[in-house]
Amino acid sequence: MDNYMKLELPSKSQNEAFARIVVAAFAAQADPTLDEISDVKTAVSEAVTNAVIHGYENKSGTIVVSATLQGRKLEVTVIDYGVGIEDLEQARMPLYTSKPELERTGMGFTIMENFMDECDVISEPGKGTTVRMVKIFGKKEPAEA
Amino acid sequence: MEVKFVRVGSTLIVRMAGELDHHAAEILRTKIDAKLKREGVRDLLFDFQKVQFMDSSGLGMVLGRYKLVSAQGGKVLACGLNPRVKRIFEMAGLQKRIIICRSEEEALRGA
Repeated sequence: MDNYMKLELPSKSQNEAFARIVVAAFAAQADPTLDEISDVKTAVSEAVTNAVIHGYENKSGTIVVSATLQGRKLEVTVIDYGVGIEDLEQARMPLYTSKPELERTGMGFTIMENFMDECDVISEPGKGTTVRMVKIFGKKEPAEA
Repeated sequence: MEVKFVRVGSTLIVRMAGELDHHAAEILRTKIDAKLKREGVRDLLFDFQKVQFMDSSGLGMVLGRYKLVSAQGGKVLACGLNPRVKRIFEMAGLQKRIIICRSEEEALRGA
């Protein structure tokens, strides 16, 4: 079963829930466990929230969420055309945040990396950011850290 | 996300229901901060029993309230965490600052 979906949304915080629910509903075709679906929902929520807060700095912009299913492999891509990330290595460090004043914890990328099987980030300052994540359903979960 | 506030002695209980993401956290923190100011309570207890989903924005909201409350000498407690919410709490090391309890009763005994 191969399938795909694409969703385009304005960068409003209300759409964070919508985006993660759409991806979860799409992924349900591959018969994931409840835990696997929760992992995907949480990771998508982090990526879309990053686009709203960091990519567009709470201003308006377009977020594109797309997903493909190949067998039991889900690939999700979240794209924004916002400010981009200057230092990717720093951005991905646990507990690092560029916006502590907004009560950000710096856990977004850490959660995406922990809850998904792959997480790649491509970013260009001034152009935007693409987060690509992969989850393979039916794989034994790695031991919890 | 729905929220109900209950005051027990010097503790403000925040009973949340629904999904605690960035959107909900922004609304909730404004409500909690207004309530804290008005009620003049010392401790804050988050009841997560009806929270099915939380991401790092929820963590940030809890940690932000911890900073406010602990600066005034108060404690922040959390109860009713499902295993996923608990895992996210622990990933960020929140259990070092927030007292995690099983139920409201247990939390209030310790508060």
